[in-house]
Amino acid sequence: MNIIVLAKHAADPESEIRVSQDGKSVDERGLVFDINDWDRYAVEEAIRLKEEHGGEVVVVGVGQTEDTLRKCLAMGADRAIKVPVEPGMDSYQTAMAIKEAISGEKFDLILAGLMSQDYNNALVGVLLAGMLDIPFATAVTSIKVEDGKVKIVRELEGGFGEENVLSLPALLTVQSGINEPRYVSIMGIKRAKSKELKEVSVSVEGGYTEIDRIYTPPVKKAELIEGSPEEVAEKLIQILKDRGLI
Amino acid sequence: MRVFAVAEIKFGELDPVSIELLNLANSIKGDGTAEAVVIGNGISKYAEELAKYADRVWKIEDSSLENYNPELYVDVLSQLFSKEKPDIVLVANSSRGSEFAPALATKLNAPVITDIVGLDTSNGIKATRYIFQGKLLVDILVKDGDTSVFTVRQGVFKEGSEVGGEVVDAGIKPSVTPKREFSQIIEPEVGEVDISQADIIVSVGRGIEDASNIELAEELADALGGVVAGSRPVIDSGWLPKDRQVGISGKTVKPKLYLALGISGAFQHIMGMKDSELIIAVNKDPEAPIFGVAQYGIVGDIFEIVPALVDKLREIKG
Repeated sequence: MNIIVLAKHAADPESEIRVSQDGKSVDERGLVFDINDWDRYAVEEAIRLKEEHGGEVVVVGVGQTEDTLRKCLAMGADRAIKVPVEPGMDSYQTAMAIKEAISGEKFDLILAGLMSQDYNNALVGVLLAGMLDIPFATAVTSIKVEDGKVKIVRELEGGFGEENVLSLPALLTVQSGINEPRYVSIMGIKRAKSKELKEVSVSVEGGYTEIDRIYTPPVKKAELIEGSPEEVAEKLIQILKDRGLI
Repeated sequence: MRVFAVAEIKFGELDPVSIELLNLANSIKGDGTAEAVVIGNGISKYAEELAKYADRVWKIEDSSLENYNPELYVDVLSQLFSKEKPDIVLVANSSRGSEFAPALATKLNAPVITDIVGLDTSNGIKATRYIFQGKLLVDILVKDGDTSVFTVRQGVFKEGSEVGGEVVDAGIKPSVTPKREFSQIIEPEVGEVDISQADIIVSVGRGIEDASNIELAEELADALGGVVAGSRPVIDSGWLPKDRQVGISGKTVKPKLYLALGISGAFQHIMGMKDSELIIAVNKDPEAPIFGVAQYGIVGDIFEIVPALVDKLREIKG
């Protein structure tokens, strides 16, 4: 069972986010980068599948991604491929770059997170599946490999799920909560140092889109209640009383 | 412009997002047409309903299309679009649409932009979408491509008027054998508490920090006579059962009071609670999108505010 996992080094949406002077990019100062949360689940799932079925886990990252690739190796991935291009937000270019970088790899399964926590496009995985012409499923919450096929459950709206069976090779994007990702141990970090992290240069052309403007959304703001915790509690109780809620 | 909207049928009903796609199509078509595509088996009634809002409805009907299959969808849609050459294709940003749309785009060599909340065709094609879980907006220009594919956020394009068009049979049949097979639909888990029926909900998000702190929310819920629910990160961490999840993939709630504690307010969550009668949010981050839907907001630490509130409520109740 050879598994390729896509992992993005992505900014945390909970960090301080500002628009750059040019109005076309996000100011990286104040941003906290880490492995994309959805990809963390994908890496964990890949390692679990390998533990069950044997084989190899190869993690692929695009851009400035060493920290995240090292983390994946420390979690238990066998080797890493870094694709040193900066395609920004154009997911087509990212998917093309990955396609080229893995062209020499033999794989049964490609796993990726459902989306990235920064741009929330949810595109790279399925674009890659389309380019490779392999079956795919998104928002996957359960993966079982049996008889050369993969049985999955994917998330639908309203708490419903859908079970499907895909022939291999296939690409799956995983939903958060599919597993409980392991912590990176000191031993893991030590072992990761001796693992292969290879750079693969690719050429990326064109792209279909261009950022015109990035800006803060105009939002209706809540009426703010200020004061000490006791004062705030007092005011909230008054609001609840006025509404007949207590 | 020729704008095509791919309708969505769910559990035997035409999903309202299909009409929203046509509302958007009508608003940007200019001298062109707003056309719908409906895929499935036994779909004439949906086609007739769609025709009220479209200039033309294309029916793609086959017994193999009874259940959604992304490979068959990409196959039949690319057959239709290769022939009809739409300028714009609109797809719902649903569990289904967001799955097949990127693959359709690769098949058509078309640009694709997901989860859009605005589309301006007055000077080129410019789409608007949120990034960083709703904290920023971005306008994206389409540079290249004869057809562009967009997945559209639900609930944004609710306004529109009726058009009254024709229904035509597209005469298209699937031409591929899918490598993915549908097995079954899995029903939601049923727990002891149905949050969709609750009048008062104390809902916790990532800001609750740890499973042991759920107790704090439970104390508050007890004092208010309500129930505890949560946003996705809390459910993912296993701190609350899946049937307590509020949001698109969880439950939709409409209580008299929704108290959001440490919830940032990702769109998927907001869609599940925005119709609550009164929304009060407590969050450390003044920029949290949850303050955009709450009537009252407290920028502060839930570990200070909640105990103070519990104490006061207990005082009142004696």
